Amino acid sequence: MSRPRLVTGARLQYDDVREEHLLLVPEGAVRLNPTAAAVLELCDGERSVEEIVSTLAARYEGADLRDDVEGLVDGLTQRGLVVDAAA
Amino acid sequence: MQQPRPATLIAELSYQCPLHCPYCSNPLDIGHEKYRNELETEHWIRTFREARALGVLQLALTGGEPMLRRDLLELCAGAREAGLYSSLITAGVNFTPERAEALKSGGLDHVQISIQSPDAADNDRIAGNRSFAKKIAAARLVKELDFPLTINCVLHRQNLDRIEEILDLALELGAQRLELANTQYYGWAVPNQEALMPTREQLQRAEEAVGRFRDRVGPKVDVLWVLPDFYEDLPKPCMGGWGRTAIVVAPNGDVLPCHAASTIPGLEFANVREHPLEWIWNESDAFTRFRGTGWMQEPCRTCPLGRQEVDFGGCRCQALRLTGDAAATDPVCRYSAHHDRVVAARDSAQTDELVYRAIKRRVRT
Repeated sequence: MSRPRLVTGARLQYDDVREEHLLLVPEGAVRLNPTAAAVLELCDGERSVEEIVSTLAARYEGADLRDDVEGLVDGLTQRGLVVDAAA
Repeated sequence: MQQPRPATLIAELSYQCPLHCPYCSNPLDIGHEKYRNELETEHWIRTFREARALGVLQLALTGGEPMLRRDLLELCAGAREAGLYSSLITAGVNFTPERAEALKSGGLDHVQISIQSPDAADNDRIAGNRSFAKKIAAARLVKELDFPLTINCVLHRQNLDRIEEILDLALELGAQRLELANTQYYGWAVPNQEALMPTREQLQRAEEAVGRFRDRVGPKVDVLWVLPDFYEDLPKPCMGGWGRTAIVVAPNGDVLPCHAASTIPGLEFANVREHPLEWIWNESDAFTRFRGTGWMQEPCRTCPLGRQEVDFGGCRCQALRLTGDAAATDPVCRYSAHHDRVVAARDSAQTDELVYRAIKRRVRT
């Protein structure tokens, strides 16, 4: 996975009724914790996984989120919700 | 008591439709006077906002044929403004480039197109309308406009043997999702049950074909395959449980817990013209009658598998149709005293004669 992006039609939304982040997809929704939502906001098809990790590290005072980013991107790729913009 | 939060609003915008599918889930009395009194644009948009406030995330714009509503563009914009994810569930025959582009820029999120068969002549025979070529053109247009595309195909004994062609067509059209919905016996499927009921062998071959397709294609196409009730011996949580996840609004504004709930005698449906959706969801007779587990009879009440909150007793409409009592255990269940009626229905004589959906001005009784 070089430059992840959300699959066509997927939309990030904060649900102010349930007070949680969601990834809305055709006829479904995936609940996201705040970290996952922050990662997916950066999955714009332009940034590499590397760049996403370093952007988050800058934002969260050097936190190493590499495993989180890779785990989330791989998991959602297997479900067809994240695709590689470079492929 | 804290009520569950709904996630889906199914907006049946109109029962008018150019197709005549013999398994349509619309009521048999679609021609009734009451359904011609369709909601106004502002009723729908208010309903969308009230639905979001209750927790609804997904909006299905369906029918009949939702594209026959002239205010569809306004409805899509209203849905987006309310914060709903909108899906257009269409036959595809009115999906012109001009309207499709307007819907795209107006805020529609997703398009689902039905096919009746992957074979043009067979599609048109089952739909009762020459529609296949238009459906394929519509699907290509959906992709050109960068909408996510779902293809759905209702499966039955007259098209199940084409399962591999259906899968290949969905792949070729670039569908992200393929809904393979085995016919459920409500609405128009009831008078057609003997012409639609598949054999166990057909289902088994189809399930194997789906498995091979998933292995070959991977997550690029999400194939939804649901085994029909009649070949199971434990019920499904119909609609995710009564009054738990979904709200259906009929063209006239009546609010139902499921598409077929109007078949249950004595159930009172509140209307969005007269009541806020929140009251309808929390308090109305139709939504509270079979919510939770308190209404259950035996064998559900002392379910030996402890499935009361797994399947919620199955389908109320099916219980009514096969046992005469909407509060009975769904006879799909192996513990139902009426399970033999499910077995008899699937083994009953089969025919290829179809009764086509049609809007009649007079109600059949």
